[in-house]
Amino acid sequence: MSKKILLEHINVSGINTLEVFVQHGGYQSVKKALSMSTDEVLEEVKKSGLRGRGGAGFPTGMKWSFLDKKSDKPRYLVCNADESEPGTFKDRFLMEKIPHALIEGMITSSYTLGANTSYIYVRGEMMHAIRILEQAIQEAYKAGYLGKNILGSNYSLDLYVHPGGGAYICGEETALLESLEGKRGNPRNKPPFPAVWGLYGCPTVVNNVETIADIPWIVNHGGDAYAAIGIGKSTGTKLISACGNINKPGVYEIELGITVEDFIYSDQYCGGIPNGKKLKAVVAGGSSVPILPSELILKTATGEPRLMTYESLGDGGFVSGTMLGSGGFIVYDEDQCIVRNLWNFTRFYHHESCGQCSPCREGTGWMEKVLHRIENGHGKMSDIDLLVDIAKKIEGKTICPLGEAAAWPVASAIRHFRAEFEEHVINPESCCKKHLHGQLEHAH
Amino acid sequence: MSVLSASTIQEIQKIKTRYPEGRHKSALLPALHLAQAECGWLPVETMNQVADVLDLQPIEVYEVATFYTMFHVKPVGKYVLEVCRTGPCCNIGAEELIQYIEEKLGIQVGQTTEDKLFTLKTVECLASCGSGPVLQIGPEYIYHENLTKESIDFLIAELKTKA
Ligand SMILES: Cc1cc2nc3c(=O)[nH]c(=O)nc-3n(C[C@H](O)[C@H](O)[C@H](O)COP(=O)(O)O)c2cc1C
Ligand code: SF4
Ligand code: FES
Repeated sequence: MSKKILLEHINVSGINTLEVFVQHGGYQSVKKALSMSTDEVLEEVKKSGLRGRGGAGFPTGMKWSFLDKKSDKPRYLVCNADESEPGTFKDRFLMEKIPHALIEGMITSSYTLGANTSYIYVRGEMMHAIRILEQAIQEAYKAGYLGKNILGSNYSLDLYVHPGGGAYICGEETALLESLEGKRGNPRNKPPFPAVWGLYGCPTVVNNVETIADIPWIVNHGGDAYAAIGIGKSTGTKLISACGNINKPGVYEIELGITVEDFIYSDQYCGGIPNGKKLKAVVAGGSSVPILPSELILKTATGEPRLMTYESLGDGGFVSGTMLGSGGFIVYDEDQCIVRNLWNFTRFYHHESCGQCSPCREGTGWMEKVLHRIENGHGKMSDIDLLVDIAKKIEGKTICPLGEAAAWPVASAIRHFRAEFEEHVINPESCCKKHLHGQLEHAH
Repeated sequence: MSVLSASTIQEIQKIKTRYPEGRHKSALLPALHLAQAECGWLPVETMNQVADVLDLQPIEVYEVATFYTMFHVKPVGKYVLEVCRTGPCCNIGAEELIQYIEEKLGIQVGQTTEDKLFTLKTVECLASCGSGPVLQIGPEYIYHENLTKESIDFLIAELKTKA
């Protein structure tokens, strides 16, 4: 059995309540952290090697140490619970099933960062999770884990849930802060980074739900114990939300370092591909990361087994590798059409572009249009290189990484599946027949 | 004239206290959710009153309401069915189900039935890809997962009796 940090008690009935959560060791980290200095807790987080679970994988301890300590302004911890990256559904799962895991993490982390007011920015559509969190927060206030002088200490914290309004871009941390300030979710230019100029112009840390929920275990068991789990710089466990053509879609907590093959085929996880179909491709870390064909997702270009770690999935760079990203693991069997799936994701990015930068606003729209015509049998051979060209012209030329998030899937799909795009141009009848005949045109 | 009830206004005033002094603009998204839950959608008069309660310029409310997809700035039916149309859900039949609902209700995506009971919309990935196809129904935003034609029939019949 692989190590469980977050989901160990997931099947305990009533684990969503404070009482049962405490019976299973919940909230111990608050007491322990309050008995330590904030620098001591920070040291444990640094030692743990924990990396941000929201997608970028930035070391959490390092991010926390950048927080401007000289400023006399208040400091804020903001939890990013905007989860909207297609294929990703781990944060919603965690918040709905074990809300106190996040709340405990928020308290321990806020103490360490010196924040006395913290916010959980939850995607607006997740009203169910919002209601669950709000109730859990009330329980935590009643039990003395929140509010003034927590557990008799000098430390006080108020914690609030803030609903978003429906906009993928608000998952980008500076857009999230704008949104939390009651504005449109337009990302800010960086620098300054939130650690210096964040919420209301104050030093702020933005962390993903899972990242924050990992903190209590690190405080309870020590950074070294956490770092002992996993491989190399990929320490600890990771929640992976698996979907697509697999026998057992769902959220799995894996020890970083298991093989991709094991994750896809073992009964402990995805349980293989249904109906005896063959694996065609995988998008391993949410829709924004490069897609890989079966031979490159199971083994690296040099023939090493591919592991579920930041390093191994990244092996080969963008030529033959991908990213662990958010942990949104989408599996495609041999019947899936790469062109159609790419068109759908590109439509998504065009829809979600905030419109501030012309390469992103216009480029995503052009790519969507070109992909749509290829998918519908009206493409030209030159369209394929045109797509590559547009993708290149977006990359690196925008305020926020949504531009890259839209460009990478296009570049990688054409790199690995060019023949399929060509086939759509030469012989449009060969694939996607029902789409060609307009039956599903409405959903465009 | 007040379009929002006293209890909604009171609720908004309470939400203001979650944010630091002078940062009451932060209460705008939660306030718009409350206003929409009460009015069904966000007519200009409603947005103006939200501006009033939060001490903002009306334009600050309009520009936010139009940025976020959850806010309806045009009239909608009593029940807004929002079906996920993103890749993973489409690969397990979401498009066919959208078409099925269109035929069943006699409307297209974006339209409202004549009896003003249902509006059909599409949304992007609802973080439910492992249990798709999925749709949500406001104002409570309840998710209905693992959708089939049968479960859609059942759901629509149930909403009709409830109405
Ligand atoms: C377009 C876009 C969408 C994002 N969406 C999310 C999201 O839904 N949740 C999340 O935690 N991070 C998201 N991120 C990453 C955040 O900007 C940020 O890196 C993250 O919240 C930091 O937390 P972590 O260090 O704990 O991962 C997104 C980034 C971009 C560019
Ligand atoms: S890259 Fe796209 S989403 Fe990001 S700021 Fe520019 S236009 Fe907005
Ligand atoms: S794609 Fe439909 S919920 Fe994610």
